[in-house]
Amino acid sequence: MIRGEHLSKLYGDVAALTPTDIHIRSGKITAIMGGSGSGKTTLLRLLAGLEKPSSGHVWYGDEDLCAIADKRLYELRQSMGMLFQYSALLNSMNVYDNVAFPLHEHTELDETVIQTMVSMKLEQVGLRGFEDMMPSELSGGMAKRVAFARAMAMDPKIVFFDEPTSGLDPISAGVISTLIQNTAEKNRMTSIVVTHDVKAGLSIADHVILLWQGRIIAKGPPDSIRDSDDERVQQFLEGRPNGPIPFSRSTTSYIDDLTHRPGTVRLES
Amino acid sequence: MSELSIKQSAIAVFFGRLGRHALRGLEQLGDGTMLGLNALALIFARPWQGKHFVLQLYALGVGSLVIIVITGAFTGMVLALQGYYTLAKFGSESLLGAGVGMSIIRELGPVLGAFMIIGRAGSSITAEIGIMRVTEQTDALEMMAVNPRQRILLPRIVAVTLAVPLLVALFDVIGIGSGYIVGVELLGVNPGAYMAELIAKITMHDIYGGWVKAVVFGFMIGMICTYMGYRSEPTTEGVARATTQAVVVASVGVLIVDYILTSFFL
Repeated sequence: MIRGEHLSKLYGDVAALTPTDIHIRSGKITAIMGGSGSGKTTLLRLLAGLEKPSSGHVWYGDEDLCAIADKRLYELRQSMGMLFQYSALLNSMNVYDNVAFPLHEHTELDETVIQTMVSMKLEQVGLRGFEDMMPSELSGGMAKRVAFARAMAMDPKIVFFDEPTSGLDPISAGVISTLIQNTAEKNRMTSIVVTHDVKAGLSIADHVILLWQGRIIAKGPPDSIRDSDDERVQQFLEGRPNGPIPFSRSTTSYIDDLTHRPGTVRLES
Repeated sequence: MSELSIKQSAIAVFFGRLGRHALRGLEQLGDGTMLGLNALALIFARPWQGKHFVLQLYALGVGSLVIIVITGAFTGMVLALQGYYTLAKFGSESLLGAGVGMSIIRELGPVLGAFMIIGRAGSSITAEIGIMRVTEQTDALEMMAVNPRQRILLPRIVAVTLAVPLLVALFDVIGIGSGYIVGVELLGVNPGAYMAELIAKITMHDIYGGWVKAVVFGFMIGMICTYMGYRSEPTTEGVARATTQAVVVASVGVLIVDYILTSFFL
């Protein structure tokens, strides 16, 4: 089980995440949802140990991710996978070497075995036969599917998904959502999915955490989120521009801005 | 509030800015040294990165061959021209070989060689690492349990430190050879005198001095260019700025350290 305790993150003076407690259940899919700038990617990076929190701890079982030695951290990471928002394929290598990378690094498997495994992973995402292409030759959606195959290469126990469906066409997005659901179930994999895609998030998750302005405003199973009577939650789910969450980030009055500019004619009321 | 703020004198503003720049520079020097040493400490750590040392040595070293040959040749040629012009005034053209060899081995080989390698290999190191950060490739390595400091920074620092002395040696040979061609074939200096003076005047001490410089410059280029890339702001402009900065800082650093080393080895 992964547990975040009083996690917060400051960038300069800006709080991306205010102190937050979070529980991730083993073998389940947890969706972290929220608008852009709500701190969901920050939370994911803290849980994955890619960034150190400004305060608080991340517990993997009884180990504190922020205090353990590098060696142990890399040991833990051999059973983790991560799908990055912009794929993050190593662009000096072709598709085959990218997917095989974790296997080459951490296993002594024979190349023929690795070839079979890579073919299986690529077949899952519908890209078998594209082994020789370079990342720069792939479309965004294809790169993301290759990155998915790479994240799954070691059959990880914990997988982090940063916006797995953004930038994908509806069919690929559906395939990736289903894949996350199926592999999570089959491998008893703990999945943490960061997304702003309400439909995908609510349909695949066992547990949903909704963030707004760096704090959790709702959490629970998808049904309880759907039935929430919190106005902010309903606004986010329905995508309404008006409500407790303001669409405009401007702090000055629009009318004043337009009429108080030098040179504008002001009408006496 | 604004009427309460005290207007600072121009001198105070100047020293304030100077101090902030100095502190920032010092901070970067410390941060860069720590990062580089941190990477170097992993040199014998498992997994052994031998393959990546060789790959980088090839990419950075062999990639810089052509530019080193061209600059070496023209440096030797112009030195022979200038040297002949000066020496002829004293009637001592026979010293041309020693003059060309001495300037190239002691000074121009390491410094000009280092400049060329900064422009060719150093900038590409910074840009490449910067782009890897922008596109989250370093994070991807982290998550795949591969330490990016060991995989990305270390091989490049080691490769440049090895490549610069080798390339400078080539620069020296080409420079002296092309100086011979211009001096002897074009300007008519006695070939025996050119070679005899070259061999008689240049000692192993000169060669060691040039060699030490090349190793130190190589190490500096590796440390500075990897640091600038790794710590670049992860945006397009950030990488562009880091690349420019890496070239400027490395070049100025080479000149400053060159003076210090020369004063020791004179």
